[in-house]
Amino acid sequence: MKISAFHLMPHRELPANFEQRYPSVWVTPPWWELADATRVGQYYNWTLDELLHAARAGFDGICTNEHHQNAYGFMPSPNLMGSVLAKLTNDLDVAIVQMGMTLPTTSPPIRVAEEYGMLDCISGGRLVAGLPLGSPMDVNLAYGITPMEHRERYREAFALVMKAWQAKEIFAWNGKYFQLAQVNLWPRPIQQPHPPVWVPGSGSISTFDFATDNNVCYCFLSYSGARAAQSMMNGYWEVVAKKGLPRNPYRAGFLQLVAVSETDAQAEADYARHVEYFYHKCLHVPPQWFAPPGNQDYASLLASNRNPVRRAENPKTLRYRDFVDKGYVIAGSPATVRDRLIEEVVKSLHVGNLMLLVQIGSMPHELTLKNIDLLAAEVLPALRDIWDDEGWENHWWPERLRKAREPVGAAR
Amino acid sequence: MTETRRQTVTVWQGRVRLGVHVKGEGPAVVFFHGPWGLTWAGFLDTLAQRFTVYAPEHPGTTPGEPDTVYHVDSLWDLVLCYDELLEHLRVPEVMLVGHSFGAMVACEVAALRPSRVRRLVLLDPIGLWRDDAPVTNWMLLGPQELPDHVFRNAEGPAAKAMFDVPDDPEAGALARTRLTWAMGATGKFIWPIPDKGLKKRIHRIQALPTLLVWGEGDRLVPRVYAEEFSRRLAHTRTEIVKDAGHAPHLEQPEATARVVETFLKD
Repeated sequence: MKISAFHLMPHRELPANFEQRYPSVWVTPPWWELADATRVGQYYNWTLDELLHAARAGFDGICTNEHHQNAYGFMPSPNLMGSVLAKLTNDLDVAIVQMGMTLPTTSPPIRVAEEYGMLDCISGGRLVAGLPLGSPMDVNLAYGITPMEHRERYREAFALVMKAWQAKEIFAWNGKYFQLAQVNLWPRPIQQPHPPVWVPGSGSISTFDFATDNNVCYCFLSYSGARAAQSMMNGYWEVVAKKGLPRNPYRAGFLQLVAVSETDAQAEADYARHVEYFYHKCLHVPPQWFAPPGNQDYASLLASNRNPVRRAENPKTLRYRDFVDKGYVIAGSPATVRDRLIEEVVKSLHVGNLMLLVQIGSMPHELTLKNIDLLAAEVLPALRDIWDDEGWENHWWPERLRKAREPVGAAR
Repeated sequence: MTETRRQTVTVWQGRVRLGVHVKGEGPAVVFFHGPWGLTWAGFLDTLAQRFTVYAPEHPGTTPGEPDTVYHVDSLWDLVLCYDELLEHLRVPEVMLVGHSFGAMVACEVAALRPSRVRRLVLLDPIGLWRDDAPVTNWMLLGPQELPDHVFRNAEGPAAKAMFDVPDDPEAGALARTRLTWAMGATGKFIWPIPDKGLKKRIHRIQALPTLLVWGEGDRLVPRVYAEEFSRRLAHTRTEIVKDAGHAPHLEQPEATARVVETFLKD
């Protein structure tokens, strides 16, 4: 198993009535009413410190991601964060997992290949290159990309980035969305032929084909937990089988929210309000913005209209115990979290690359460090060797980091 | 309403099959529909009593052919597809009527070859932009908000005809899909701001007699845009239709048909 700490870098201090007072956490939340740049500087620094802490505590990887115009998670440039993390972890066997720089909004997209090349060079070949499609709120609403062109643009950018990393000769790219007469990437990444590629998805079936056809690690980024993800991940593994590919757990990643304390009761006391803050405020988005017309192709749109049960329940009606019972969040004592992660997530979904959201909503810095410490010391050791007896190679992890990290224990 | 004749015109090196509804006898009128698909109803029936009305379906909105829209990459492609359609119709002169997005298309098609167009009717057109009066992006509205932004009366028969979903699950899924897809297939040419350069080309139709029709209660396109169009065109008349929103021809078909017909037959 490879287990990474994931961070969204949310606004941690939204007002109590935020979701009643404002129509959305994404795209339209008014900065001047809700945020203060000096305070936000503190959030960024906490985020970096928390991820560094996770790296030192023994996590295998640390993850950042790109989002725009929101209070849910606002690292518009994940690579600014990633470069700090890469430099400051050069003494550690930890992967820099960029989940990542959004392809359709980066123009020309060779900028992604260049910056990832830089990160791989700075980190000594420890980069995991996430190549995300980006959410409709980021790509269509905040960055103005036409919904109907979103996926097509992504696919072209993806192909261009892969070729730019690997081409031995200067080449011309005469695409529909991008035209570059002389592509000659500087720098190239240390990892050859290219850094491991992860493609995050949120359940769109067409991404399964894309992920398997391109032999990348498919990462299901869900906030609804493993039970809700089961049929989706089963669908992914069916596609893997149908294409005759090995059922290697490392070709799948999954994001899970986790909150650990000394006991189950203490976990509720520590984390309940932060979990509710996350689901009630950080995910407060008009549902139609997740799929503006044209963003889904006609067949997918028809399929989802035919099967409305796939629509998730409204998390605003749920409270901490519901989130825990339903597995949206795995919270409790180290033993509780360990057992549920192993059974519900890792084994049920057949996942080798696990990402844990270690900072949730309004969780303060000290509590986040506690969560990280307990995870690293008391949960991760039980997960590490889950797939070892099956002998799989994690082709989607930097080669020099594939063997198990030495146990580090609490970093403080 | 009586049946229309359906005709398919193939353009764009054979890649785009345009479905065209045809009805009536008389001078040629081409109607370009808005973002929610073609509704052939009373307004077009009335026009068809005096004119030959050709109503093409925007690429992608023809039932059974959703992917056609992928062959039309840009507004320029779309305008040329319609230019080829007009060639096929073999009418030396046409009058163009358009609604909303379709009105913008009508302006662009006319601006490409102004000599071919005799008159222009714009029903609540988009195509221009003012920062102080933004056009509402209907593609970001929820299913509950949309009817009441398109129509003055969200409970009226026109709103129900466009937005009510059949009880049968399969028919309902298909109806919802078509409506969303129609918005996507038209929205492709205007996202994220419906100003794609008409302001630079509109001088080419400056001399064209133009009727501007605005629903009194249009909640999507503020009425200041009537002034924006009038300011750029030499011969315009503006008619306001009472008790109508963004689709006066559907909500008040008789009143709208009356002013349009009067203008076209002048």
